[in-house]
Amino acid sequence: MTDTRRASAPSRRRMLKAAASATALAALPFPAIVRAQSGPLNIGVLLPVSGVQALIGQSCKLGVDIAPAVLPELGYSAPIKVLFADTETNVDVARSRAEKLIADGANVLVGPFDSGAAGAIAQVAEQKGVPFVINIAAAPQITEQGYKFVFRNFPTSVDLVRNGLALMRDLFQATNTALRTCVFMHVNDTFGQANRKAIDAILPTLNYLPFRVVETISYDPAAKDLSVEVAKAKATNADFLMLVCRLNDAILLRREMVKQRWNPMGIIGPGNPGMYEAQFYKALGKLSDYCISNVPWYNPKSPVTAKVEAAFTKAFPQDKLMYHALNVGFTFEAIMVAADAYKRAGSTAGKALADAIRATDIAQRMMIGGPIKFNAKGQVEGIASAAIQNFDQQPKVVLPAAAAQAKPVFPQPEYKR
Amino acid sequence: MATGAGRQTARAALALGGLFVVLLVLPAFANPYVLSAAILVLYFAYVGQAWNLMMGFAGQLSLGHSLYVGLGAYASAALFVHYGISPWIGLVAAVAVSLAAGAVIGFLAFRFGIGGVYFALLTIAFAEFTRIGFDHFDWVGGSGGFFLPVKEHGVTDLANLRGPPVMFYYIALAMAAGAFLAAWRLRASRIGYYWLAIRENEDAAQALGINTFRYKMLAILFSSAMTALAGVFFAFYYNNLFPEQIFSMARSIEIILGPIIGGLGTLFGPVLGAFVLTFLGDGLTEVTDAFGIQIPGLKQVFYGVALLVVVVFVPNGIWPALARRLGFGPAKKGE
Amino acid sequence: MPAKTLATLAGIAAALVALYVWRLAALPGALLGNVVVAGVLTGLIYGLMALGLSVIFGVVRVVNFAHGEMMTIAMYAAVLLFGAFRLDPFLALAPVAVAFFAFGYALQAGLINPFVERPEHSQFMLLVAVAIIMVNGLLMGFGPDARSAQVDYALDSFEVGPLVVDKVRVYAASVAVLLAAGLFAFFRLTATGRAIRACADNLLGAKVVGLDVKRYYALTFGIGAALVGAAGVLQAMLVDVTPALGPVYTLLAFVIVIVGGLGSMGGALAGGVLIGLSEALAGVAFTPSAKSMFSFALLILVLLLRPQGLLGKKAG
Repeated sequence: MTDTRRASAPSRRRMLKAAASATALAALPFPAIVRAQSGPLNIGVLLPVSGVQALIGQSCKLGVDIAPAVLPELGYSAPIKVLFADTETNVDVARSRAEKLIADGANVLVGPFDSGAAGAIAQVAEQKGVPFVINIAAAPQITEQGYKFVFRNFPTSVDLVRNGLALMRDLFQATNTALRTCVFMHVNDTFGQANRKAIDAILPTLNYLPFRVVETISYDPAAKDLSVEVAKAKATNADFLMLVCRLNDAILLRREMVKQRWNPMGIIGPGNPGMYEAQFYKALGKLSDYCISNVPWYNPKSPVTAKVEAAFTKAFPQDKLMYHALNVGFTFEAIMVAADAYKRAGSTAGKALADAIRATDIAQRMMIGGPIKFNAKGQVEGIASAAIQNFDQQPKVVLPAAAAQAKPVFPQPEYKR
Repeated sequence: MATGAGRQTARAALALGGLFVVLLVLPAFANPYVLSAAILVLYFAYVGQAWNLMMGFAGQLSLGHSLYVGLGAYASAALFVHYGISPWIGLVAAVAVSLAAGAVIGFLAFRFGIGGVYFALLTIAFAEFTRIGFDHFDWVGGSGGFFLPVKEHGVTDLANLRGPPVMFYYIALAMAAGAFLAAWRLRASRIGYYWLAIRENEDAAQALGINTFRYKMLAILFSSAMTALAGVFFAFYYNNLFPEQIFSMARSIEIILGPIIGGLGTLFGPVLGAFVLTFLGDGLTEVTDAFGIQIPGLKQVFYGVALLVVVVFVPNGIWPALARRLGFGPAKKGE
Repeated sequence: MPAKTLATLAGIAAALVALYVWRLAALPGALLGNVVVAGVLTGLIYGLMALGLSVIFGVVRVVNFAHGEMMTIAMYAAVLLFGAFRLDPFLALAPVAVAFFAFGYALQAGLINPFVERPEHSQFMLLVAVAIIMVNGLLMGFGPDARSAQVDYALDSFEVGPLVVDKVRVYAASVAVLLAAGLFAFFRLTATGRAIRACADNLLGAKVVGLDVKRYYALTFGIGAALVGAAGVLQAMLVDVTPALGPVYTLLAFVIVIVGGLGSMGGALAGGVLIGLSEALAGVAFTPSAKSMFSFALLILVLLLRPQGLLGKKAG
C-alpha cells in the first residue's frame, strides 16, 4: 500500500495542477452555444435494442420510427432528424453513446427505457447542457438528483403505485367484490424493488383498501424456475395475487400457477410491465386472459392516438399498436415534447430548448392523464393509470370508466383447457 | 531492468514520457466524446493494472474483481450520501473494506491450497454472493439502486469529486499513471521477483524458501486495495450504483479482457489492452453505422470475432509482439 | 488443513444449518413436500446440463465458459423444430443431440485443441469470445423475443396425495437420469469410452500406448455438447428462451459441477440435485430472491473443505 501511495503521490499533485489549467482550456473549444444554428432538430435516441432488455427496447423503437410521419400531422412541421444509438443494455455504453450522439450534433436526447442508463445519460446531458427527455424510467431519484437538463414524462414508481392501488379500489367497487388477503410477489430488480418500497410506504396510509398483505415474496429476476415461489404463495391461501413483474418471469409464473393448480381470485399488477405485452399473449395464449395491469396507457379515444395508430398500422401492418401501447406511447410523446419545444424556442441551442421544455404545456396528448407539464424538478405530474385487463389475448381498458373499452371481470374464472 | 537491454529501456522510457505528455494535453484538443472514451480507457487501464498484479505477476487468476470495485464504490458512496464524508476520506474506508474482503478470500484460498480454475471459481462465488447480498442491503438502496446527488453543472468541487469530465479525466490519468509506476516499482522489487517465481512454479518457489502464502496474500491485498480506488472513481463518475451491474460477472470479465489482450504480466499490456478494446468497441459501432447497418447484435459478433482472432493468433497479447517490432526490448513473456 | 480455521468454519456452518432447519420445521408439510419434489426434479435437469461441462473438463481439462450459451442454442433448436413440425421435444432430443455432437466435435477439433496446452486464462478468453459470438448471433437470427415449446401436456400435473407434481418435469428428469446412466455405461463398457477415460486418467500413458488423444478430446467435447444439447431441449419445455439466457446457465453449471465434483459423472447429477434442493429450501425458508446466495455459499464451503467436490476424485 505504502508503495502505491509513494509512487502515485507526486504525479497526482502534478496532475491536479494541470487539471485546473486544462479545465479552462477545454471549456473553450466546445461550448454548447456553437451548435445553436437553426436547421433540422437532431434528436438523439438511445434505446437498448440488444442485450437483456432488447425486447422492450425494440418495442420502444417503433415509437421512434413512426414519429417523423405523425409529428407534421400534429402541427410540428419543423424538420426533425433522428440519430439512433443502441445502449446494448449497458450503462457504460449508454454513457459513451450519449457523448457520441452529442458530438454528432444531437440537440436533444430521448430514451433509454432503464433507470440505470437514464442516470448515466442524465449526467452527460447535464454536463453538455443538452436537454434529455426520458421516455421510460421509474426510479424516483432521477428527478431528485438536482439536474437542470433532465426531463421525465413518465410517472415515478411512487406515482405508479399510488395510481395502481387507487384503481384497485375502483375495481373492487365496480365488481362488487370484497377481498381480505393478498400475497405480494415482486421481481427483485431495480424496478421491482422501487415498486416494493413504494407499496410498503403507501399501502399502510390508505384506509380505503380492504385487504392486507399476508406475505411478500421477492424473487430473482434471473430465476428460471419459479416453482418454489408459487408453492409458497399458494400456501398463503390469499384471495388474490399482487404481482410486480417483468415479462419473462410473468410468463413462467402464470404457467407455474396452473401447474400447481393455484387459482386466486385474480392477478393484479399495481404498475408494472409484463402482462400486457405482445409476447405475454403469444407465449400464454388463453392463459393470459383476465390478468390486470394498472399502468399508464394511451387513451383509445384521443385524436393523437388515432393518428399514431394509423401511422403505426401503415408502417407495421403485421403488428398492432395495443401490443406496444406504453412503450410506443411514451417514446412518441418524448419525441413530441422535443419537437414542441423546438417549435416554441425556434432554436436548437441547448439552453433555449431546455427552457422551452420547462414551459411545455401540451393538452392534446396520447397517454391518459393531465397535460404534459414539467415541474421544477423536470418531472411530469398527473400521469394517470388505467386498469388494463386481458380479454381474448388483447389488452382492454376497463377502468377508468371514461376510457373503458370493456367491463372488468373479477374474480376471474378458473382456467380450463 | 538495467542490464544489457539498457538502451531499449531508455527508448521505452522516452516513448512512455511522450505518451504521457500527449495524454496530459489531450483534453485541449479532444471533443467531449473522445474525452469520455479516453476516461474509459484510463479507467480500464487502471483496473487492468490492478488485476494484472495478481494474475500477470503472481499467477492467481481472479474472475471476481468486480467484487472489489463494487465494495469500494459502495463504501465511499455510502459515506458520502449518508454522512457527507468527502470521497478523499471515504476512499480510506473503501480500501479498508476491499482489503478485508481480499484478505478473507486470500486467506481461505491460500490456506486451503486452492489455485488455478478452482481459485477463479472461488472468486466468482464471492462476487456473486456479495452481489445478491447487496440486492437485499437496504441501507444502500438494495437492488433499487443507490444514487449520489449531482451538483449544478459547471461547478468543480474537487473535495467532493463533483465536476466536469475533464476533472475525471485527470483523476483517471493520475490513477492509471500511478498504477503503472506502482506496478513498475513492485515488479523491480523483491516482492515482484518472488511473485514471478510463484507464477512460474509455485513448488519450486516454496522449495527455495519463499513464503508463498505470504506473497500470494500480498498480491491479493495490493490488487484489492488498488481496485477499490477504481470503485471510488466509478461511484463518483457515474453517480448511480446497482448491484446487478457493478458486481456482475460481466464486469469482472471486462476488467480482465484488457490485460489479457494487451499482454499478461507486462506493464504496458493493461494500458494497450484497454485502448484496443475501447477503440474496437466504439470503432465497430462507427463502422456498422457508417454502412447504415443497424442489426442489433452484429457489432458484438464482430467484437467476439476480434477477440477470438487475437487470442488465437497473438496468444501472449498484443504488447509483447508490438514491443518487439518497435524495438522496445525482448518480447519474452513477463518482460 | 489448519484445524482451527476448519473448526470455526464448521461452527458457523452448524449454526446456519440449525437456523435453517428451524425455519423449515415451521412450514406446513404439504408445502415442504411439494418444494422438495420440485427441487429434486429441477436439480436433475440442471444436473444433465452440468454433466456435459463435467465430462469435458474431466477429460479435456478445458473449462467450457460457453456452456450456457451452447444450451441456449439447443433450446432454440427445440423451439424451431416444435414450431415447424410440431415435433415433441422428447422426440427432438435425438436429432438435436446428434447435431450438437457434431458441433462439439468440430469446435474442439477446429478451435479448442490447440488451446489444450495453453494456460487457463487463454482458454477462458477463447471461450468467452465464442460465447459473445453465440449470444449475439442468436440475437441477430431470432431477435430478442422469448420463445418456448409448449406441448399439449405442458400444464398437466400428477396429483399424489397432497403433492402436485409437474408432468413435464417428471418426464424430463427421468430422461436426464436415463441419459446419465447411458453415458455411464458408455464410459465403462465400450472400448472408446475406456480409451477416453484413459486419456483423462493418464495422459502420458495414453500417448505412450498410441491413442490419438486429440481425436478422443474432440469425441469427448462432442459428447459433452450432445449432453448439453439434450438438456437444452428439455429446458425449452420449461423456460422461454431468449438470446441473453446463456451466462446464467453457465454460472449455474459451474456451481453444480464444483459442488458435485468437477470431472465426476455421478457428482454432476448429485450436485444438480443438491443445488436444486438447496435453492428450493432456501427459497421457501427465507426470501426466494436470495436463494442463489445459498448456492454460492455452498460452493465456497465445498471449495474450501473438499475442493475435489462431493463425489470427485482426490487428484485434480
